[in-house]
Amino acid sequence: MSPAEQDQITQSARNGWLLSAPALVLLTLAAVGPLIIVVIYSFLAPGETGNVEWKFSTDAWQGILFTRDIFDDTLAWADANLTIFWRSVKLSLLTTIFAFVVGFPTSWFIATRPPKARALWLFLITIPFWTNLLIRTFAINEIIRREGLLNTILINLHLISQPLDMIYTDTAVFIGMTYVYLPLMVLPLFASLDRFDMRLLEAAYDLYASPWQVLRKVIMPIVNPGIIAGSILVFVPSLGAYVTPRLLGGGKNMMIGNFIELQFGQGRN
Amino acid sequence: MTQTIAVEASHVVKAFGHADTAVRALDDVSVQIRKGEFFTLLGPSGCGKTTLLRLIAGFEMPSGGTILLEGADITTLPPNKRPVNTVFQSYALFPHLTVAQNIGFGLEMLGRPKAEVQATTARMLALVKLETMASRKTSQLSGGQQQRVALARALAPSPKVLLLDEPLSALDLKLRKEMQIELKRLQTETGITFIFVTHDQEEALTMSDRIGVMSAGKLQQVGSPKEIYNNPVNRFVASFIGETNFLPASRDGDMYRLDCGIKIGAPPSKAARVTLTVRPEQVRLVADSEADALPAKITNLVYFGTDTHCHLSLPDGTEVVARLQSPATGDAGLALGQSVGVRFVPEAIQVLED
Repeated sequence: MSPAEQDQITQSARNGWLLSAPALVLLTLAAVGPLIIVVIYSFLAPGETGNVEWKFSTDAWQGILFTRDIFDDTLAWADANLTIFWRSVKLSLLTTIFAFVVGFPTSWFIATRPPKARALWLFLITIPFWTNLLIRTFAINEIIRREGLLNTILINLHLISQPLDMIYTDTAVFIGMTYVYLPLMVLPLFASLDRFDMRLLEAAYDLYASPWQVLRKVIMPIVNPGIIAGSILVFVPSLGAYVTPRLLGGGKNMMIGNFIELQFGQGRN
Repeated sequence: MTQTIAVEASHVVKAFGHADTAVRALDDVSVQIRKGEFFTLLGPSGCGKTTLLRLIAGFEMPSGGTILLEGADITTLPPNKRPVNTVFQSYALFPHLTVAQNIGFGLEMLGRPKAEVQATTARMLALVKLETMASRKTSQLSGGQQQRVALARALAPSPKVLLLDEPLSALDLKLRKEMQIELKRLQTETGITFIFVTHDQEEALTMSDRIGVMSAGKLQQVGSPKEIYNNPVNRFVASFIGETNFLPASRDGDMYRLDCGIKIGAPPSKAARVTLTVRPEQVRLVADSEADALPAKITNLVYFGTDTHCHLSLPDGTEVVARLQSPATGDAGLALGQSVGVRFVPEAIQVLED
């Protein structure tokens, strides 16, 4: 390679960095910076007026993980906090799995439509995004609450005699989150399936694969990047969800997001 | 005799679409394909040849009729329950698997032991001469190599019948010729029945034991390449396989009178109006003074290297093409507008009843 060519490559690499500069600056200011500040603060001692004192301390972390016995000062696991943490992980995992189970057939359906119909279906999938999250969550609330739509219908059909307790349970939170984050699963899955060569299905079927084996051995490995992307896009925001658990889980079924709000906003911790 | 028949299709109908707008891709097709033969389905695009192949593979279900594989009815079996494998036009190799994993896929799905899968895969790699490529991804291979992997993958489970859907159409001319010879070698070595679909008549003639010529959803003629070329049963077969001359004629006693008024002899027929066909290489040019030669004028001369196509016009305007071998030196001494005599090799004249 001639020096001139090498120069050209360095030049284009430099241009690439230049183009991504605005995004990098924004990320540093809005995401990485605050995160660093929070991590530093977490190792400092609390001040009198909600500020921090510049003194190293692990009290904050101890306070999250352990509770100090009021009589003999021994440390014990902070059950309440860990329960909230565990509930968050569990509900987020359930949400991710359920969003995949519902989202995969949906994406498959869209990817196998004619091109024009595909655009329409994708548009329909994104419609919920056009509505405020609070309003959508209140709508679910309206459907599943004790005197809500679903219970009224079931009672009038004489399928149940007592209204079902659906709202303010973990199930309500998980169903609500699945609904809210489903499009984030469908879109990357669709992008992967759209590029999938459907002729491979016939090839696999011809080579003695059962329909289940076609799914496991051919479709899943090839669309794997889409599955991973969709799962991350659903799992991560679920973990930090605030509105949905607050409205559908009530006060007692807190998740990490609510806990943080409680401690940070109200407890000034 | 059922043991010697690999595939038997009887009265197979395949209609696409609904009720009155339905299109018959296959219209009452019956054919017997013998065990161990290289059988080619030949026809223009849209004639139904690929549909027939897909019915044998099980990707489509027939609207009527039955398909037997070695005497057993497989008409409604799904593709994964039929001991039949396909080489696809697009190859359809699995992009997430290596060459070796692609070849072993069928055996693995059949639940064969690992050792057997590995041994067969190695054997197949050697058969298609790709031993050094075993651990490559398929996207790193050339078109010809991908073709070989597709072949090895379909042959690995030792199917009773191998179906090939225009597998050579994506290759350039030189590679295509090589693969034609390769395919024939593989078929002879494995002894597996091959059903090959193509629209290329030359490919069909050079490779096949027997050819089934299809047009408009119907099987027009089944026979050896020689039979099909020398004794076409109708105008379609005669014109689709090779080039030929059509001469309208009327029966006149034991002879036929061409529309230009001249009588010539040909095999007997019952029809009053017929079309005589004769291949260009069976047309001879003689001096225009010779008795019972057809008088003609040269309208065009096209040089092809090994031979020259001489376009002639009979007195009534009928076009005749003669293929003349190019002489070793100089030219044949023919000129445009020259008057010549035309003679047909008598045994080469075919009679088609329209």
